[in-house]
Amino acid sequence: MMVKTTQDKTGQEAVGFRAIKAKGWFQAHKWLVFRRLTQLAILALFLIGPLFGMWIVKGNMASSLTLDILPLSDPYVMLQGLMTGNVPVTEGLVGVAIISIFYLLIGGRLYCSWVCPVNIVTDMAAWVRRKLGLKVSSPFSRSTRYWLLGLTLVLPLITGSIVWELFNPVSLMFRGIIFGLGWAWMVIIAIFLFDVFISQRGWCGHLCPVGAFYSLLGKKSILRVSASKREQCDDCNDCFIICPEPKVIRPALKGADKGISPLIDESNCTNCGRCIDICDENVFRFSSRFKS
Amino acid sequence: MSEKQSRGASVESGTGTVRNGTAVALNRRKFLGDTLKTACGAGLLGLGMGTYSRQVESTPAWVIRPPGALPENDFLGACIRCGLCVRDCPYDMLRLAELGEQVALGTPYFIARDKPCEMCEDIPCVAACPTNALDHDLTVIEDARMGLAVLLDQEECIAFQGLRCEVCFNVCPVEGDAITIEMHHNRRSGKHALFIPVVHSDACTGCGKCEKACILEEAAIKVLPMELAKGLVGKHYRFGWKQKKMAGKSLVTPDVKHHYNLPEGVKYDLNGKGLSLPPEANNEAPFSSNPLDSLKKLQNQENK
Repeated sequence: MMVKTTQDKTGQEAVGFRAIKAKGWFQAHKWLVFRRLTQLAILALFLIGPLFGMWIVKGNMASSLTLDILPLSDPYVMLQGLMTGNVPVTEGLVGVAIISIFYLLIGGRLYCSWVCPVNIVTDMAAWVRRKLGLKVSSPFSRSTRYWLLGLTLVLPLITGSIVWELFNPVSLMFRGIIFGLGWAWMVIIAIFLFDVFISQRGWCGHLCPVGAFYSLLGKKSILRVSASKREQCDDCNDCFIICPEPKVIRPALKGADKGISPLIDESNCTNCGRCIDICDENVFRFSSRFKS
Repeated sequence: MSEKQSRGASVESGTGTVRNGTAVALNRRKFLGDTLKTACGAGLLGLGMGTYSRQVESTPAWVIRPPGALPENDFLGACIRCGLCVRDCPYDMLRLAELGEQVALGTPYFIARDKPCEMCEDIPCVAACPTNALDHDLTVIEDARMGLAVLLDQEECIAFQGLRCEVCFNVCPVEGDAITIEMHHNRRSGKHALFIPVVHSDACTGCGKCEKACILEEAAIKVLPMELAKGLVGKHYRFGWKQKKMAGKSLVTPDVKHHYNLPEGVKYDLNGKGLSLPPEANNEAPFSSNPLDSLKKLQNQENK
């Protein structure tokens, strides 16, 4: 279907067309497919219980219990609670430790692209934006999310309640799908429209404090995308267009003459692997911090 | 970090190798301006969110938290809205507040009139809580204080009309302690009793069974949050009789033995027995209950 369109509305060659022609549709969407399957599988694990009465995983992303033995807890939500002066019980602390160590090693914002359900919405928004050829965007600073992160950790200190969790679209959407949405679907649509019409990659790329937290958590993580064959880059720009955090690519891809490593060593890379998919020259691949 | 990069990128692409004073000054000014803008925006947003949270967290009185829930303010800081308590409730009576409800988003609660707490002995909801928002120190369900049942409407409650109901008393899981029936004089009929249910806060767990079971269309007995239901006597208050009992004697003036001017041998007990005649006087009752005795007595007098 997408293969047939070679040009978007602005008359440019559609993003990814070259990759599909060179590698075939699946190879040009491999990591995207894996990610979607992972995201949906995680949701499904939580949904099997309430839908079919088979309790593999209980709870939601804030805290869960798998097979009645494995506790997993979101360190960001727990940290907000901690800021009010509340100390979790052992299960909670163990859950936080497991999740923290996982993202510390594998890559903080892996959470964003492989787990978070809002990512599906904002990716869709980015796709719509590309298809419509929308160029207008209200620029937020990409550092806004860190300000918001600070804010969400200061507010519990002042008010004594975890204020951000009254708003947080990430937990709202995940909990909503599992426990009942209420009016939460409106928030999801609002984020979609915000990303399409107001700000390009606005939510995940500029504002979301959850992503900001995980980016800090995974600052020194091992799993990295590497522009290992950057000499083959033919400047088609597809990776920059498809990347949810385009700034992370430039130093690794274009820094050869400055002696910068081809490793994308920026904590805001979400390890989504779209650059790997989209590149018909196979410049990128998953690698590790220890290989350069 | 991203600021540094954006500066690096603009120097690289935009101004090229020209790194004269003006370019750097402009960059610095832009950086400071952007930072200030973002900081102010974040501050305003924080003000809004904080204020909104104070409003939305004024939880309605009909919302009952699961057993062991910390006091509402602490609970809203400790509960991470994971829903594990909801999942582990064997009676499925807990729910998480959805967006648009009057309850703080994602927090667990139940409504007594819909489905009250069944007071499981092992308290699975508390055991499931990963943050101690449901206090793990609660190990005996009878110690839970989810709220306090209050017989709110003493006009509609049919017990006050002199009718026998006592359904709330009969369904109460803390049998005979949390709700007792006290008898009062029925002034309407003049000769019957009112069987009035009375809730005792030292035993009521606030489970809501009584509210659920109330036979009225709108329950006359309702579980209210503790802080709404309970009064508190001023700390300076002392009740004389309690102090006396604690100390074993009167703490004010020593009790003067009360003296009644009564005929010899006759006693008066203030605290119960009332008037009591001396034992020998009892034998000489003015009239026997047996009328024959009175006749014999008369005959004896005539014979004399």
